[in-house]
Order: sequence, then C-alpha cells, then structure tokens
Amino acid sequence: MRVNTLLVGTAMMALVGTALPAAAEDSVYIPLLTYRTGAFAGSGIPIADGMHDYFKMLNARDGGIGGVKIVTEECETGYTAQKGVECYEATKAKGALVYNPWSTGITLALIPKATQEKIPVLSMAYGLSAAAMGKTFPWVFNPPLTYWDGLSVAIKYVGDKSGGLDKLKGKTIGFIYLDAPYGKEPIPLLEGLAKDYGFKVAKYPVPADKMQDQSSQWLNVQQDNPDWMVMWGWGAMNPTAVKEAAKVGYPMDKFIGVWWSGSEDDARPAGPGGKGYLTLNFTATGADFPAVQDIVKHVFDKGNSSVKEKSKIGEVNYNKGVYNSVLMAEAIRTAQKITGKKVINAADMRLGLEALEISEARFKEIGLGGFAAPVKVTCDDHSGAHAVYLQQWNGTKWVKASDWIAPMKDKVRPLLEKDASDYTAKNAPWPARSEDCPKS
Amino acid sequence: MFYREAGQFKTGYADDMAVFPIRQDRIGIAVILAIAYLAVPMFGSPFFVSTIMIPMLILTMAAIGLNILTGYAGLISLGTGAFMGVGAYACFKLATAFPDVNVLVWVLASGFFSAAIGVVFGLPSLRIKGLYLAVATLAAQFFLQWCFVRIGWLTNYSSSGSIEAARRSLFGVQITGPGASETARYLCVLTLLVALTWIASNIVRGRIGRKWMMVRDMDIAAELMGVRLLPTKLLAFAVSSYFCGVAGAMLLFFHYGSMESIAFNIELSFQVLFMVIIGGLGSLIGSYLGAGFIAALPVVIKFAPQILGIELPSAVVDQVTVMIIGGLIIFFLIVEPHGFARLWQIGKQKLRVWPFPY
Repeated sequence: MRVNTLLVGTAMMALVGTALPAAAEDSVYIPLLTYRTGAFAGSGIPIADGMHDYFKMLNARDGGIGGVKIVTEECETGYTAQKGVECYEATKAKGALVYNPWSTGITLALIPKATQEKIPVLSMAYGLSAAAMGKTFPWVFNPPLTYWDGLSVAIKYVGDKSGGLDKLKGKTIGFIYLDAPYGKEPIPLLEGLAKDYGFKVAKYPVPADKMQDQSSQWLNVQQDNPDWMVMWGWGAMNPTAVKEAAKVGYPMDKFIGVWWSGSEDDARPAGPGGKGYLTLNFTATGADFPAVQDIVKHVFDKGNSSVKEKSKIGEVNYNKGVYNSVLMAEAIRTAQKITGKKVINAADMRLGLEALEISEARFKEIGLGGFAAPVKVTCDDHSGAHAVYLQQWNGTKWVKASDWIAPMKDKVRPLLEKDASDYTAKNAPWPARSEDCPKS
Repeated sequence: MFYREAGQFKTGYADDMAVFPIRQDRIGIAVILAIAYLAVPMFGSPFFVSTIMIPMLILTMAAIGLNILTGYAGLISLGTGAFMGVGAYACFKLATAFPDVNVLVWVLASGFFSAAIGVVFGLPSLRIKGLYLAVATLAAQFFLQWCFVRIGWLTNYSSSGSIEAARRSLFGVQITGPGASETARYLCVLTLLVALTWIASNIVRGRIGRKWMMVRDMDIAAELMGVRLLPTKLLAFAVSSYFCGVAGAMLLFFHYGSMESIAFNIELSFQVLFMVIIGGLGSLIGSYLGAGFIAALPVVIKFAPQILGIELPSAVVDQVTVMIIGGLIIFFLIVEPHGFARLWQIGKQKLRVWPFPY
C-alpha cells in the first residue's frame, strides 16, 4: 500500500513539476481529439485516421506546410464531454493551434472556454449551428455548412420529390435522432420549417445507451408511417437504424440521413435491404484523387498509417477526416500568408480560418479537384452555408443521387441570428468581439 | 513512536470530545490544510489543479454523502448520480433565475432540493432492505435522468439539452463560468469541502450518527431502544442527498462548466459507490482516499506517459488505464476488504509501536 502511495505521489509530483515541452522552432502543434474506443469508435476511427494521414502525408511529401512540420497528438475522448474537456485542459498549454472536438457535446463545452482562452475551435459541419455568426463567435468555425443548413437541404430535396415545397402540407416527416446535443441541434429549424410549410413532425429520440436496440422506435415509425424519414445518427446508431428500417419495410429511398450517417459501414450491414438509402454528403467518396494517392504512397505504403486495409482509404468517413485536415492545412497556409510568420500561433490560426478560401482551382492544385465544393469563410459567416449533395447506397457503394443543393439561407440565417443572441443572453456576460476582421 | 500519545493528558470533557484528540493528528491536519490551501495553488500546474484536484475534491464530497447513507446508516443506494444531478439542475435554475445572489449560496441551497428528492425516494427504505433497496434507488436514478432529458424547463429549454455555468464572482474574483481561474475554483471547492466535512464529522460523531449506526447494525434492537426508524432513515437519506446535491452543483459550476444529463448516469453512481467501498464504509477519511483512488488515478495514468514523453496510441492508453484500475480494485479488495480507511488505521497502529512492534 505504501509503495503504491509513493508511486502515485511520484507521478503526481512529476505532473506538478514537469514543464511541458515547448514546441520546437519549426513545428506547429495540433491536438486531435479522437475516439477509437466506445460505442462511437466505428465512426471515430476512420475520421481519426484520415485527419492523421493527411498531415503525415504533408510532412513526408512537402516537409510540412511552408516549411513548418505539423506535430499532431491524439487524445482519446470516447465521445464524452468530460474526457474531451480533460483533453483540452491537458493539451492547451502546449501551444495548441486549433481544436477539433468531433462531438457536438464537447464543442458546446469548449466554446466558452476556448473563446475565453483565445484558441480557435474548428467544428467541421457539426457543433453549435449558431456558431456560424462570426461576429458573436469569433473563435468558433463550422464550415462548410451547419446542421440547420443540412436539414434545410433535406427538406428541399423532399419538397422536390413531392413536386414543390408547397406540396409538403399535411405530410408527416419523421425525425429519428441521437438523444444528445448533436441530435437535438436541428430540432428548432425542423419545427420552424414545419410551421412554414405545414407538415407534421414525428420525433423518435434514440438514447445513447440504447443505440443498438431501436425496435421500439421503429415500431412507432411503423405505426405513424411518416411520408419521409430524416435521421441524425452517429456511431453504432446508424447501421442499427438502417437495418431496422429495412426490417420494418420502410421505403429506403424516402429515408435521408445526415452526412454523419452515410458511411459504408452504416449502410453495408443492412445487406440488400439497405439499397436506396439516402444521405447528405459534402465530400467525394473514393481514393481517386492525387492527394489521397499521395497518402497511400507516402504514408500507408511506408506503414505509417494506422489504417489496416488499403480499401478503407477513401471511404466516406476517412475522407471526412482528410477534409477536416485540408481545412486546417489551408488555414495554416492562409495564416502564414497574412502574418508573414512561418510558425504561427493560435491567434494567427484564427485569422487564417477567418480568411479561409479554397476555390475549385485551389482544390485542384492540392490534388483534390472535385473532392468538395469550394469553401469560403468570412468574418460575418463562419460556416458559409455551402452546398451539399445526396448520395444513395446501391447495395455495394455510394453513388451520387443529386446535384449540389444549396441550403435555404433565407430561412436559416434569421434563426441563426436569433439563436446566437439567445446564446449570448444565456451566457451573459458574453465577451464582445474584440478581433478585427481580416482584410479581404 | 510517531503516533505515541503518551504525555498528552485530557483535562476536561471538551478535550475528551475533540475531533482530533491526539496532537500528532492536529499537526497532520494543519500540514495537510496548509498544503491544500497554499502549496497546491502556488506550485501546482493548471492541469494538475483543474483536471486532477478539482474533480477529486468534488467527488470526495459525493463519496462522503454516499458514505453517510451506505457506510453509517447501512442503506445501499444506486441513485447517487441522479441526486448529484438534482443538485446541478437546481443550482443551474436558481443561478439563472436569481443572478444577483452569490452563486455559493445557491450551491449550498441546491443541496436542499436534492435532500427533498432523496427523502421521497428514501421512503421505501422503511419496508425494504439491502439489495432490494438498491433496486428502488436504481429506479430513482432512471426516473430522475429521464426528467433531466424530458423536462425542458430544467434546462431553460436549451435546444441542446445541456446546462451551463454562468459567470459569477465572489469579492470581485470570478469563480464560475468560462474564464474563472482554476485557482479560484479550486479554493472554492476546497473551502466548501472542508466546511461540509467538518459538519459531517460532527453529525456522525453525535447523537444522529450513533442512531444511524444503531440502525445499520441491527434495526430491531435500535427500535427497541427507542430509535424511530422512519425519521432516522429519512434523515440519513436527506443528509446524504444534501452532500451529493452540493457535489453535483459543484461539478457543474466549478469543474465542467457545461454538462449534459448523460453525465449523471448510472456510471457516476457506480463510481461513487466504488469510492465508498474501496475507501472504506463508515469512514470520512476513507471517502477522501477512495475518491483519490477512483477519480484521480485514472487521469494520472492516462496522462502520465504523455507527460513523461512516452509515445503510446491514445486508445491503448485509455484501455490500459481501465485495466490497471480494474486490477488495482480487485487487488485492494483482496488485500484489505475494509478499504483504505482500514489500511490507514493499521498503518497508524504500526507507526504507534514502531520501532518495537509486539
């Protein structure tokens, strides 16, 4: 017992005493909050691999960004806000450039902290939708679009297929969602649109600990028989929902998932029954891009990737991870250009993110032509409300099922503004933006 | 030798009833308090204070609460997490409804809400005992958690369903909400814990505590001696839930800053129960030791390789941490089933006779 106390004591002293290693001269440090354990690991692992591998590829192929190596470090969150905050506290002192929480719950917990401590948070197409209001949330970025934008695209698509948005009157749209901040995020807009277009909403919450048993929710779906189903699911919830939908015989081409419910592993387990399942997406699928091939060449073939099979490279969630790193890498480049510094800090990173613009030509230049729609972040709009497309599962892979559809900006923007002011009122006194907008 | 009380005479009843009758204990407590109040904030790194010390102290409070119920009154509860949640939600509602009142008042007041709920769910304890009571409190756990998710009023109709700690200050220093320094938060938590521990130690040493222990040891005998079971048991539930509620409120306001209902789930209840069992049933110092073991050790193990410069994949570290903690729990339960408190007692006895053991 006393030996153990001694050990713990020593470890604690080490924790207290050790000065954290400072970043080396020619590197920037990015902590990656990932989850390779727990019920969400199925979604978390490919994303973590994708984020890592793109940076590793840049380090190996180009020697980093602008001659500066990117040092990444993973911290396991298990998708829980508690561990996410622990990771944040443990890594922020090492000069973290930016945080990628990869969980709406963690994002919500980090927004006030990071705003106060002036470290940018990049919640790529997740997190607090209202964070798109850059004037209110100068340190939070959620490109390429918010959940509310995504939901408006889903409703637009439903309207299209029904012969116009005015035809939605009297229809029922079912909304099955993970009963966590993530799944609840789009509800205010859904209810607003329901009022505007006169459709009914049936909500089916799935508690996080019951993700793998959704029989009661789908029994209700069977009874209510909604005309369309929209899903906000993540982790083990997705394949279960697709399987259950197939089992109860819900028409799969009327079942639309958000971009986080559309990986191969989500649709594949349903077998032939999953055919026709639709999801939103904002990145291309597949590995036929020069940059992704470079990842295979410089990282995977050299055994530096934690991906086990080559076929996993280019899958939906892997590409999302790559895209997340592309946003960060381009923001670093932009920041280097704006500040003229090689080694940037968190404040410079914020400038880079706020001036981030990846045009079609630029995507081509970095070897990702056609990988995603052009992205532009402005001081006023930290998200950009960029277009997404729908993809459909054909039984073996995802195929593009629609053109790029732009969100209903006119519907979403006023709600975002209202929600942002609600947020600041609730968290009063919320610090007013003191940072200038970058010159464009 | 170190613990010999020879030469320390008690000359009055007050001396005889002192919390710490032995001089060495008094010195020891003074040293520990000095370290906690001065050395930790001065020399501890922000990470150490905010990620190890604050949650450890808060969970100590919860462990004391459960120890009162389970250790002293012999009533098993699996609803600790939910009772902590009641405290957190009550404090959130009070602090947002009355922003001008000092938040420390609300942290202390929120315990009363938790106590009231605890009494309601403690009512079955008169009829059912042991594991059956555990099941009844399990119902409290699930029911209350359901309330946190489903009753929008509790979260002020937040669309995400999470509750946040507002910015509040004490004597001009910000103590809660984003931007509050970890030192300020730590000192608040420490002061509340010390004050409430002092109250708890006086309760359990006095008439009420003795009644609880009588009920625990043999309730029929206690009844025959004139202890009324229902008020005694309900009081145990009330006091225990009060401590848990304050701990929950502190968890929200001084540690996380933003919480979801899922944080107050059954896992938290089990975590606190493990602290009490590992620390030692019916012992306040055991609550401290148990909380240190269950709350702080995983964080230390998780971040130790990183700080010592050893490269390990984060998922491996996470899983290894769980395995080490699980192994240590089994080890300690085999070596000393009565918990760390008993080990501390044995150690004290050894120190007393050292270097001439008999």
